[in-house]
Amino acid sequence: MATTDVTPQSTGGQLGRKRIVNDMSIQVATVNGSGSQSSNTVLLRAIFQMGVPISGKNLFPSNIAGLPTWYTIRANKDGYIGRKKEIDFLVAMNAETAQDDVMSLAPGASVLYDEPLALDRLRSDLIFYAVPYDKLVAAVCPEAKLRKLVKNMVYVGVVAQLLEVEMGEVEKAIRKQFATKVKAANLNLAAAQAGFDYAKASLQKRGAFYIERMDKTAGKIIIDGNSAAALGCMFAGCTVVTWYPITPSSSLVETMIEYMKDYRIGPDGKATFAIVQAEDELAAIGMVIGAGWAGARSMTATAGPGISLMSEFSGLAYYAEIPGVIWDIQRVGPSTGLPTRTSQGDILSTAFLSHGDTKNIMLIPCSAAECFSMASEAFNLAEQFQTLVFVMSDLDLGMNNWMSDPFEYPTAPIKRGKVLDKQDLEKLGSFARYKDLDGDGVGYRTLPGTDHPAAAYFTRGSGHNDKSNYSERPDDYEDNMERLNRKFETARSFVPRPEVLKGNKAKIGIIAYGTSHWGIIESRDQLRNEYAIETDYLRLRAYPFTREVHDFIEQHERVYVVEQNRDAQMLSLLKLDLKPELLTRLRSISHLDGLPLDARSVTDELSTMEGK
Amino acid sequence: MATTPAEPRSSEPKTNHIGLTVIDYKGGKTTLCAGCGHNAISERIIEAMYDMGVQPERVAKLSGIGCSSKSPAYFMNRSHSFNSVHGRMPSVATGAMLANRNLIALGVSGDGDTASIGIGQFVHLMRRNLPIIYIIEDNGVYGLTKGQFSATADLGSKLKSGVINDLPPIDTCALAIELGATFVGRSFSGDKRQLSTMLKAAIAHDGTVMLDVVSPCVTFNDHEGSTKSYKYVKDHEETLQEMSFVPHFEEIDVEYDPGTTVNVTMHDGSHLQLRKLEEDYDPTNRIQAITRLTEAHEKGEVLTGLFYVNTKAPSFLDMLNMVDQPLATLPESVTRPGREALEAAMEELR
Repeated sequence: MATTDVTPQSTGGQLGRKRIVNDMSIQVATVNGSGSQSSNTVLLRAIFQMGVPISGKNLFPSNIAGLPTWYTIRANKDGYIGRKKEIDFLVAMNAETAQDDVMSLAPGASVLYDEPLALDRLRSDLIFYAVPYDKLVAAVCPEAKLRKLVKNMVYVGVVAQLLEVEMGEVEKAIRKQFATKVKAANLNLAAAQAGFDYAKASLQKRGAFYIERMDKTAGKIIIDGNSAAALGCMFAGCTVVTWYPITPSSSLVETMIEYMKDYRIGPDGKATFAIVQAEDELAAIGMVIGAGWAGARSMTATAGPGISLMSEFSGLAYYAEIPGVIWDIQRVGPSTGLPTRTSQGDILSTAFLSHGDTKNIMLIPCSAAECFSMASEAFNLAEQFQTLVFVMSDLDLGMNNWMSDPFEYPTAPIKRGKVLDKQDLEKLGSFARYKDLDGDGVGYRTLPGTDHPAAAYFTRGSGHNDKSNYSERPDDYEDNMERLNRKFETARSFVPRPEVLKGNKAKIGIIAYGTSHWGIIESRDQLRNEYAIETDYLRLRAYPFTREVHDFIEQHERVYVVEQNRDAQMLSLLKLDLKPELLTRLRSISHLDGLPLDARSVTDELSTMEGK
Repeated sequence: MATTPAEPRSSEPKTNHIGLTVIDYKGGKTTLCAGCGHNAISERIIEAMYDMGVQPERVAKLSGIGCSSKSPAYFMNRSHSFNSVHGRMPSVATGAMLANRNLIALGVSGDGDTASIGIGQFVHLMRRNLPIIYIIEDNGVYGLTKGQFSATADLGSKLKSGVINDLPPIDTCALAIELGATFVGRSFSGDKRQLSTMLKAAIAHDGTVMLDVVSPCVTFNDHEGSTKSYKYVKDHEETLQEMSFVPHFEEIDVEYDPGTTVNVTMHDGSHLQLRKLEEDYDPTNRIQAITRLTEAHEKGEVLTGLFYVNTKAPSFLDMLNMVDQPLATLPESVTRPGREALEAAMEELR
């Protein structure tokens, strides 16, 4: 069985003859708080600017400074930008992890290391390049206290020289990174140049990996999913944002604050929005609900522990029928342990979040572009259905750098749902808040402050009749619950439809969602090329499930549901929806190590389950 | 059919200065116990809103969970109301005010809803100085769950079952003053004149009003040994000031003797006059207010009056620097930036 498609199987000098172009992963092992993020971004951008598809993934600890951090850049000419399991080129900057990092490499990989670490003694089947960082950085950076920060930029120059990344692009990337800080840019550029010059003079290239200019990134952008979501929410006409900081969601709101300052403050200096940092997630969701009740497009962003805290209020919003948008940037469970690792572990709990019978609409983006476009869809659905809409992103999508086509300006108008204003009430005379006049389960509401004597209604949880008067009558409760169910059923026809990719007469189907997408599209090619396994693929984009999901399962003998959690959470939701005879077709492939899903893991498991 | 216009009858209902009758401020029939202090508070709210000529449609009634939190159903039916979650009305109120800054937020809570489950949201509401009238209908017990102590129950107070409270009370007024609320007082549901006056001044204030209104629970906490009974409050009440209120729309010259009376000019131009019963008490002095409240606890007094007022502090909505129009109803042309904005954002990311 093949374990890799690119890693050379032989070692040392023989590699010089082979040339592997635009297909590699570079891992930079550093200590967090050392300024390595700038260097990593510069290297990523320089390769991107040469037209090569890339992705950048940061594996970081729950810590401010001093713990190990790994950043992986993948460059791939075919556009595979999911995580690659194998590391081809290691930049070992962290003495603490260097030994383990080197020992875990496959034979033939390259290692760039700080000379005093003497890593080349560890193994004989790798290619080693030693760099005297301290000496190089001292020469270009007279100020001793800045050396720690620019030291990392030296490796960018070394890597550029070894992989043939053009220094002109490195300079451009440095200038972009440091924008208006010209002095810092010059200093960093000198450090990169020192690395480049050293490599040219003192290192002999032996590895097979090269970057060559191509044209696959023209016009594209690099953005993380949280920033994309922030932009999306701004263009969705969001007016109230309330939040409580929690990794990995904080950057969504922090970026949004910056964008809103740039684009949503009028010429008179007044804001068309309010962003409030709440005292906890309970208050954040309470404010979202208060604002949604009073007519604002309101939202919050959080992660799993925040979702748990929002449970009670979510139930109230479900029963009282109040719109709002909640971004869940999913991560591994409780706060002590792996809060900085990715996961799709909130699917089941969010679908039914809260007490009593509740069901929530979830949208699931797989890309930065979808973070942007689903923001508008989420707000429109929330107001159309007068309910909370959860957007289920994850840490991999939210916090990592993704290459993307530029976002398309939203063309669908902002839809505010069934809201009666003063003029409507003058015509109607009165209204019943929870009466299903249109057969879609959705009633008409009024906003507090509507200047009409019949505008007011009393909002409360489950105990009300269709005029929103207090009621404990069994039939009122039952009618209301049935109507809420009708509303959810109506939503099936309005949520984003899945994306279906067909293979060649495939009997096997794959269902996945969110960031698993990037591993799946690569894995499908591996399955075809290495095992002759043809697959069709359905990417879920929303809950409740649409008809296409049922059809897809009906059309396949076996359907592998791939997800980044232990308990096959989406598969469990599917089971609740499916005809009994279809249940046995479902198989689970779960990935739960906290790292983004890679294609190889799926290929290995699926091929094994197929008996190959 | 009569052809001559009817003479206006002398029995025609009285109206306030915006032309509404007191009926326009009424709510549904109360379902609270007969004699419950909360019903008296509802009456005072109706009076104050009527007297001040508040448009009922501008008022948003907000409450948590408990007997007190049910009461918004019993006044002002022409106002929207939200009976939300136990202890978490402050966040809902905050959200509503962010969405529509023109609303007049009236929060009704209880001592359990505020000082126990709700203490977290309460303290953060106080420190934001959000424009809201926050009323605690304070009876020292949980009514809906049948008479357990709340966190405002006084040390040594006795339950009907004979259980003695051995934990000190949280003084919500002292807490509110310390945290930044800008209009803080305590009253008694049985003191019609004082409560009405305070409520009218509360309506005139722009910022967080925190009124702790001792409101006896006739069913679970009105017995001998309770410190929140009608009798106990009447026997132990100490009042800081005699209050009178002159609303901005009444053209009366405001005269007072600065030696005996403090005059507070409210945000809307109304005047609240406090005739001092304690000579040295200055309601604009936070430190003095907190000291006096501590002293009251030591003396076993039920101290009422306006403890603290600050009409200069910016409200939370001022700090947010929002447009004048409610965010809730801003049109798409304002809330969705144009294509050039997206293009500029994309260019930065290339």
